[in-house]
Amino acid sequence: MSEAVLYSLVVGATVGLAAGYLGSIMVLEKMALVGDALSHVALPGLALGVLFNFNPLVGGFAFLFVSAVLIWHLGRVTKLSFETLVGATFTLALAIGILLFGDNLDALEEALFGDITKVGAIEAVVAVIISAAVIALTRLIYRKIVLGLISEELAISKGISIARNNLLYLLLVSLTVAVGIQITGTLLVGFLVVTPAAAAKTISANMSRYLLLSSLFGAISAVSGILMSSYFNILPGPLVVISGIAIFVIVIIIRWRKKFTY
Amino acid sequence: MVFMEASDDYVLKVSNLSVKISNQQIIDNVTFKIKRGSSLAIVGPNGAGKTTLFRALLNLVPYRGKIEWGAKVKIGYVPQILSVRDVPISVKEFLSYKNESLQDMKAALASVGLDSEAIIDKSLATLSGGEMRRVLIAWAIVDNPDVLLFDEPTTGVDLDSEEAIYGMLKKLTVKNKITLLLISHDLHIVREYSDYALALNKCVVFFGASKDVMDPVTQKLIYGEPICKEFGEAYV
Repeated sequence: MSEAVLYSLVVGATVGLAAGYLGSIMVLEKMALVGDALSHVALPGLALGVLFNFNPLVGGFAFLFVSAVLIWHLGRVTKLSFETLVGATFTLALAIGILLFGDNLDALEEALFGDITKVGAIEAVVAVIISAAVIALTRLIYRKIVLGLISEELAISKGISIARNNLLYLLLVSLTVAVGIQITGTLLVGFLVVTPAAAAKTISANMSRYLLLSSLFGAISAVSGILMSSYFNILPGPLVVISGIAIFVIVIIIRWRKKFTY
Repeated sequence: MVFMEASDDYVLKVSNLSVKISNQQIIDNVTFKIKRGSSLAIVGPNGAGKTTLFRALLNLVPYRGKIEWGAKVKIGYVPQILSVRDVPISVKEFLSYKNESLQDMKAALASVGLDSEAIIDKSLATLSGGEMRRVLIAWAIVDNPDVLLFDEPTTGVDLDSEEAIYGMLKKLTVKNKITLLLISHDLHIVREYSDYALALNKCVVFFGASKDVMDPVTQKLIYGEPICKEFGEAYV
């Protein structure tokens, strides 16, 4: 196994864990498409990184971060849902991104589909640190967000600021998506925050199990996708998605066979 | 939230409270106060501002006027609706969001008449309407509050369970000297299970002993054309 694959596995496992953990909220909030669409917003930032010769992931995160704050603010002002606002902005970002990449089609392909051969020790360390921070911060706001989902009044009456937690949550999604782009690219990174959580929710009757399974499914999808990618020498993104979907199908069959209910 | 002097006998004082939402007057100049350990039912027709009054008391909506709570008073609130159908959360996890002590959780569940061992690991989404209301009351009392605010505590519950829940609620509040504020549209329940009643129809249209709410003249006051009254001495 080459060093690049080993580092990719470290990135895949940690980002998969963080994305699964974070994504469990997204599925509860019925914002599955937000995660998917938000990931496309990184494209202009990646393009600027390529054009001006700095780390494209920094550009991608900057765009995600600014967009997340903007969407959060617009949500407060206009009372429109995140889904609507993200839907309105992501196609624009995609269009600008493609224009900025111009005829640099190799870089565009890398941004869209990821390239694990460029993952080194530094990227692996950064991924581990960011994923650990994302999980720790999500743990801090998890209960508050879930309480707000069950009853906004209960949450506010307990002194919880729903708007502030939502902002922090969007920032954590941006961070996770920016790191996850290395593995799957912008087109498929939304998968990492949605499908593992969807599979976990199907067979969970309580939060502890839901969070554990969602994180595990995220990590397993990423790791198995990367291993297959290095074995077959093809792009990892689609294989990560296919691994995750395979888990989802297995879970559906388990639920169907056991007639699981909660 | 504003709190009163510790020596004050009253747990809540509301003065000239008015709430406007989207330029529409929902509550107009409401004044009342409640002594510790008493129970007050808020009654009135749909759209009278009952739930908005609770929301103002909990600081959930902007208001004009003054709301003062007793010093260090701990408030337990139970809303009318919870959205738990799509959230995989167990009774234990839900209660732990307020109090992490397993012993306190089991005691709260037992005091609302539930078999704590049998129900604590169940998913909230699988509970019946009656069980859910009891779990919600357990949520409200699990950290030993001084005041309980209930918005229609028996919504979605059959008549027998309704009586049982109110009976249990009355016992709990008397035993633990909890002040009870209750919204209900059922005047029979109000008469049986609260000491005083305050009728809202944007403003206060009736204030007095709960036993008087079934009186035809009072009912006309509550459900007829609103005639706002000055209840300067409205206290329990």
